[in-house]
Amino acid sequence: MNVLEVENLSIMFGGLKAVDNFNIVVKKGELVGLIGPNGAGKTTIFNLLTGVYVPNEGSIKLNNVNIINVKPSQIVMLGSSRTFQNIRLFKNMTVLDNIKVAYHNEMDYGIFASIFKTKKFKDEEERANRVALELLRVFSLEAFSDEIAKNLPYGKQRKLEIARALATNSKLLLLDEPAAGMNPQETKELMETIRLIKDQFKVSILLIEHDMKLVMGICERIVVIDYGKIIAKGTPEEIRKNKNVIKAYLGE
Amino acid sequence: MKKIKYKPLKISSKYGILRIVIAILATFFILNFLINFGILSRYYSTILVFICVFIIMATSLNIATGFLGQLVLGHAGFMAIGAYTAALTAIALKEIITNDLLLFVISALAAVVTTAIAGLLVGTPALRLRGDYLGIMTLGFGEIVKVIITNLHITGGAQGLTGIPRIMTFPIAFWTTVIIVAIIYLFMNSRHGRAILSIREDEIASESVGINITKYKIIGFVLASLFGGVGGAMYAFQIGYLAPATFGFIKSVEIFVIVVLGGMGSLSGAIMAAIFLTYLPEALREFEKYRLLLYSILLITTMLFRPQGLMGTKEFSLTKALNKVIRSFVYVYNKFVSFFNKLFQKESEY
Repeated sequence: MNVLEVENLSIMFGGLKAVDNFNIVVKKGELVGLIGPNGAGKTTIFNLLTGVYVPNEGSIKLNNVNIINVKPSQIVMLGSSRTFQNIRLFKNMTVLDNIKVAYHNEMDYGIFASIFKTKKFKDEEERANRVALELLRVFSLEAFSDEIAKNLPYGKQRKLEIARALATNSKLLLLDEPAAGMNPQETKELMETIRLIKDQFKVSILLIEHDMKLVMGICERIVVIDYGKIIAKGTPEEIRKNKNVIKAYLGE
Repeated sequence: MKKIKYKPLKISSKYGILRIVIAILATFFILNFLINFGILSRYYSTILVFICVFIIMATSLNIATGFLGQLVLGHAGFMAIGAYTAALTAIALKEIITNDLLLFVISALAAVVTTAIAGLLVGTPALRLRGDYLGIMTLGFGEIVKVIITNLHITGGAQGLTGIPRIMTFPIAFWTTVIIVAIIYLFMNSRHGRAILSIREDEIASESVGINITKYKIIGFVLASLFGGVGGAMYAFQIGYLAPATFGFIKSVEIFVIVVLGGMGSLSGAIMAAIFLTYLPEALREFEKYRLLLYSILLITTMLFRPQGLMGTKEFSLTKALNKVIRSFVYVYNKFVSFFNKLFQKESEY
C-alpha cells in the first residue's frame, strides 16, 4: 500500500520553477531519502507536502486522500507530520507538554469538560500522560519530562521534535535534516533512533539530509533532485555511482 | 561557628487544591469580617471591589496577550461594551427583579453575550495580523467603541449613563473574581489551553502538529473579551455612573501594564500586579503632587530590573517562595558566619 503518492508536482515562485514535475511514491514502512545540493528545492517539497504552499500543478495523495488545498493542521490529522530544519519546539513549555500538544487531536473532551474537570477529562489526560511518557521513554527522554524544552541539549531537542511528530499518531514522518548540527556520535545515535521508530511505530519516513553517511546508511531508496527536478532515483548503491548525482554535487 | 547547608523544602502537592480553597475562604472571611464590622471603611471596600475588577480585566487580557501571545491594546473597549450592556440591562430590569444577586447575574450574562460577539468580530480580522499591526488594530477598535457610545442616545452620549443600580458588594465581586480566575486556570491546564500556549510559542510548529490555529485564536480572543465584559459589568454596578471617556486608550494601557508587570502568561502574577497597581495610586494620594511621577518611576524601575514581570510565565508556588526565603536566609547566615570567622581569625593572629 502506498502511504504517499505524488504526481507531476510543480510550483512557481514568480518566474522561478522551484519544483518541476516531481514524482515520488512512499510505500508503507519504507524509508526514503530526499537529497540534493543546497537550494535544490527539498524543503519546498516538504512545504508542499505539508500544505504550507499550494502547488501550481500536480497531485498529492496521502493514504489515498487528495491533500491539495487542505489546511496544514488537517493534513496532520490525515496522517503525516514533520520536523523542521531549524528546530521548532515549544520552547517555554515542558518536554511532556510539548508531546501532549501534539497529542491534542487524539484526545476527546470539550472546553466545558476541562472547566468542570469531569471524569472524561481526567481519564483522557491520564491516557495522554501515559502515552507521552511512553514515547519519551523510546527516545530516552523520560528523565527530562518536567524540563523546559529550551534547556535541553541540542541533540535531545532534535529527538524531542521527532517524538512530538510521532505523537500525532501519523503514519508518514517527514524529517527535514534531522542530523543538522549534530556531532558524529549524536548522528549515530539518531540513526539508531530512526531505525527503531520505523520498526516500533510502523511508520514510513521521508527524510531530507545532507549527511551522506546517514542517508546511505539507513535509506532504502533515495531520490536526488537538483534545480527542482529529479535527476536520479534508486538504491543507495546506485545513487553512489550515478553520474548525474556526482555532477550535481561536485561539478564536472 | 559553623556554616549551614541549604536544603530545599518539599511540600507534598497532595492537598494542593484544599490548601488553595482554604486560603481563598480565609481571605474572604477576614476581609468580609473587617468590612462588616466597619474596621475597613467604605472607601477601602470600594478599593477592594476595584481590585477585583482589575484582577478580572488583567487575567482576561492575559488570555489574549500572555497565553495566546497577541498584542491587544483595546481591552477597555470590551470593558466598555460589558459595562454599558450590563448597566442598560439592569436599568431595564431593576423594577422587575428586586434580588441584587439575580439582577447582577442576569446583566452580567447579557454583558458576556455582547462582548463575546464583539470579541468574535475583532478576533476574526485580527487573525490576519500579528504583532504591532494587531496592536494598532485593537487600539482602533477601542476608540471606535468609545466613539459609538458617545454618539448613541441610549447610552446617554458624552454626558454619561446615570441611574445604574449600585448593587455591587464585596462578596459578589470577590466570588465572581474567584470563579473567573478558576475557569481561566482550569481552561489553561487542559488540551485547549496547551493548544493556545503552543500558538504563542511557535505558530508554524503548532500547525504542524495538527492544532487548528484559526479556531484557537478565536477561542482565545472571545474568552478574553467576554471575561473582560464581566469586569466591565462589575465596574458599572460599583460606580453607578458610566461615561465613555473612562474607557479610553489610557484604561487599555493601564490593564496592559498590569499584565506586563505581573508577567505575560502568569495568572498569579496578574493578580498580584492588579492588587498592587490598583492600591498604589490610592496609597500615594498623600503625595498628590508627585503621584504620577512616583507611579511612573516605579514602573520604569520594575521593568529595568525585572523585564519579564513579577512572575515571568510561571505561577506562584508556596513551596518555591518558602524555599527562596530559606535559601536567602541561609545565604545571609553563612555570609555572617564567614565574616565572624575571619574576624576571630584575625584576632587570634595578633
